[in-house]
Amino acid sequence: MIAERLSRPEPAELDAADRRIINRLQDGLPLVEAPFAAVAAEIDLSEGELLYRLERLRDSGVLSRFGPMYHAERLGGGLTLAALEVPEADFERVTAAVNAFPEVAHNYRREHRLNMWFVLATETPEGIAEAIEAIEAATGLPVFNMPKQEEFHVRLHLPV
Amino acid sequence: MSHVSHEPVPCTDAERRLRALLERGLPINPRPWLTLGEQCGMSESEVMACVYRWQAEGLIKRMGLVVKHHALGISANAMVVWNVPDEAVGELGRRLAAEPAVTLCYRRPRRLPDWPYNLFCMIHGTRRDRVLAALDEIVERQALQAIPHRVLFSLKAYKQRGGRYTREDDSHDRRTPQPA
Repeated sequence: MIAERLSRPEPAELDAADRRIINRLQDGLPLVEAPFAAVAAEIDLSEGELLYRLERLRDSGVLSRFGPMYHAERLGGGLTLAALEVPEADFERVTAAVNAFPEVAHNYRREHRLNMWFVLATETPEGIAEAIEAIEAATGLPVFNMPKQEEFHVRLHLPV
Repeated sequence: MSHVSHEPVPCTDAERRLRALLERGLPINPRPWLTLGEQCGMSESEVMACVYRWQAEGLIKRMGLVVKHHALGISANAMVVWNVPDEAVGELGRRLAAEPAVTLCYRRPRRLPDWPYNLFCMIHGTRRDRVLAALDEIVERQALQAIPHRVLFSLKAYKQRGGRYTREDDSHDRRTPQPA
């Protein structure tokens, strides 16, 4: 995978209908044959309008994902949050090396001595240790592995 | 709050194909389950039954959408980490998760001596000062003045996409990946 550097884009222009769509769909999609028709009726749009806008939001990058939110561990996969202390001069090389791993789902630079934070998602629980070993070999840096031990449930919803 | 089950759920070949398809996103058309069924060799009702079962079993937490915060101008993304006595972390985790500004809340291991923090939560907002003000209110409301914490804002998003857990079969249906 090519290392991507996402520059900070200008905030997208959303109108009131876009906001209704985003706010409604963060709560999920009904499991019926025509789910978009059902949602469109709830938020006072036609099905065609909803589909058109949803495609546009997806293509313009406002939506990073539209689909199932998996429970990784129940799928038999592994998931963890990990951090690196990257020397400033080496930041670019390490970013490219880390992002080249398909197991790396998110990678953020953060303000701390541990300045690179990434999520690893693997097909099996054992895959985490293997990926960490490979990342340590590729970067020459120790990986701080911080898997979740307990999840406290929040209602994930960002009103827009 | 739940302790995570590590029991993998058994899966047929068609279900595995369906899962791989779903990971790339739900088709945006009037009959998305029908489209998925055609792509993985299931009927529409089989796909719906499968998704229903996966939701009931907790494999799929939710079918919906994730917004790209930066694209919406929600560019202040703070990971707030707390060093909580072990015996208090469960209770505090539940209290923080109930705060409207908190979007994620997890207990994670300390990595001493480098990292003493064992409770992580995320607060998102349009501006740093608003995120910090929300945090101040939480500290005040929950009386957390004595609990050491740090705020780690993200400086740059280098990579952002959904997790891929299912290896795609070397199949015909390989499509262009979704933009990250």
